[in-house]
Amino acid sequence: MQSRNAKSKTNRKRREFIGRAGAAAAMLTLAPGVRLVDLALARPADEPASDKVRWGMLVDATKCAQGCTECVDACNEEFGLEGMGRPKTDAQYIRKIDLKDKTTGKRYSLPMLCQHCETAPCVDVCPTGASFRRIDGIVLVDKHICIGCRYCMMACPFKARSFVHENLTDQVPEAPRGKGTVESCTFCVHRVDRDREPACVEACSREGHEALTFGDMNDPNSRLSQRLRELPNRQIRADLGLNTGVRYHGV
Amino acid sequence: MKPVRYQTLAGQSGGYWVLLAALAALVAIGYFAAHYMEVHGHYVTGMSNQIVWGTPHVFAVFLIVAASGALNTASISSVFGKNDYKPLARLSALLSVALLVGGLIVLVLDLGRPERLIVAMTYYNFKSIFAWNIFLYIGFLGVVAVYLWMMFEPRMNKFGKTAGTVAFIWRFVLTTGTGSIFGFLVARQAYDAAIMAPLFIIMSLSFGTAIFLLVLVAAFEWTGRPLDDDILRRLKNLLAIFVSAVLYMTLAYHLTNLYATEHHGVERFILLEGGVYTTVFWLFQIILGSIVPLMILFSPTFSRSRRALVAASILVVIGGLAQVYVIIIGAQAFPLVLFPGMEESSTFFDGAVNDYTPSAPEILLGIGGIALALLIAVVAMRVLPFLPERLGEQPSGTSEPEAAEAAAG
Repeated sequence: MQSRNAKSKTNRKRREFIGRAGAAAAMLTLAPGVRLVDLALARPADEPASDKVRWGMLVDATKCAQGCTECVDACNEEFGLEGMGRPKTDAQYIRKIDLKDKTTGKRYSLPMLCQHCETAPCVDVCPTGASFRRIDGIVLVDKHICIGCRYCMMACPFKARSFVHENLTDQVPEAPRGKGTVESCTFCVHRVDRDREPACVEACSREGHEALTFGDMNDPNSRLSQRLRELPNRQIRADLGLNTGVRYHGV
Repeated sequence: MKPVRYQTLAGQSGGYWVLLAALAALVAIGYFAAHYMEVHGHYVTGMSNQIVWGTPHVFAVFLIVAASGALNTASISSVFGKNDYKPLARLSALLSVALLVGGLIVLVLDLGRPERLIVAMTYYNFKSIFAWNIFLYIGFLGVVAVYLWMMFEPRMNKFGKTAGTVAFIWRFVLTTGTGSIFGFLVARQAYDAAIMAPLFIIMSLSFGTAIFLLVLVAAFEWTGRPLDDDILRRLKNLLAIFVSAVLYMTLAYHLTNLYATEHHGVERFILLEGGVYTTVFWLFQIILGSIVPLMILFSPTFSRSRRALVAASILVVIGGLAQVYVIIIGAQAFPLVLFPGMEESSTFFDGAVNDYTPSAPEILLGIGGIALALLIAVVAMRVLPFLPERLGEQPSGTSEPEAAEAAAG
């Protein structure tokens, strides 16, 4: 197991190196603004996100351990979501849901978070456009123009959003929050833009569960795409046709 | 038919000042309640990440829906040419503006960031029915203001029908928009239904007529103006039709849901096992808010009594608030279904019925909105001649209202 992990790590390192080298080659522009290949990797801060990328995640519920909350804890730390001891109003970007099949009694455990839908109901209903989908598929809230109407929370089929119910102190500089505005999982956009994985994914891997795979759904060679091809998976509330960016295997 | 003479309220009586002071006090309390919520954050309310819209939204939606319906009398007179209603058209238009302003203020003051109202006015996402509603609400105020001008200014009277028709169409679009706030929500079991738009239109007719009747009777009786029972009888019949129509639409909504297995859970919740929501639905919305008023309005004994009419109207208002409470809060109390066929549980209350208790600031803010609507109406009637001196052909001094009261009591 250890050696396989190590091997896959080496492979990933190698792939990353090849990818970076390829990206560097692609950076050679034919003419200003025209590139041979657009980037699927981290980009300079002054460059806009690209629609060539669609960030997504696969949750492998068969590997998600009952009672384990590493992903949740990592998220809370990353965003400074220290609870106020008021469960009904405390923010949760990611939560563990325990399921029990009513017929068979089989139990499942899995994380639920913003599903980063392609046609997100929260984006549709937001009156000011504060709720928006970045071109690379990450659904975000612009906290400067969110008026706190909570219509997006009414519209979200996954209960993925929280409202900031109180004054905040000691905020995390990389992910500022705002009292009276709505917030949710950002896929750790501040990390992703620096070529790092979301905190929950990192934490799950660190624990050795490997239940979460993050990556570019548009890149057929990404580890995410490979796993999505290998493992049968589904969208939650697929009936709504939202084309979610988070897929689930084993439930 | 003699020309109608309008007269402002004298506004000299002690009663007028007491009413004014009481309404102003309620408005002030409502404002401070909102301020308290804003300073501390919404955790001081009953609202949460589960019940995201609470009592303020119940009051706001009720008032906005009623605002559209309060225009009924004006519409009937100008669009459908029923001259008997014409003397009341000004009051009808005034009430619709006042109720809409009251409702909107509650909605705005409940926002997480009410000071960003200007953002809502400058950034638009036109796929959002909320954004459309901002135009519909503001536009409605403008359209009715022009309509009032056409009614007040004799030289403009000839445009009254056109302005009235525009307002008539606008209010249907407006209430369609308000109903669609819920109708367009695909996520929740109780919403995502096209019937929401027509249901809200019918609700507006019912609630608006009830409030109009109450204000009409109060304004005439408290200022000692003669009020013909003929017009009240017509309004009473209208109210009865509207209340019946709301019942019919409610029935159609639930029957459709009951047919679809997918919605059995939420129907069982609202109709049978929802605790407070089941009680509010059956006792307040259906029995007290619909059936009892219908019995009063259709009963040969009570239907001639002005007091009974007032009682029926009050019951319709209570039933209306109950209906909006069930629609907004009952629907959120029922958990989202993420995994059909599974029992769900989490620290975020997945799979659990969400509890909600209205908090004092929420209720006070909502009452403040009603008070503001009435305050606007009371002040406007003092400043401009909205009320006719009399209604009906009987000479002044005829004690017909008293006769009606005697019959009632």
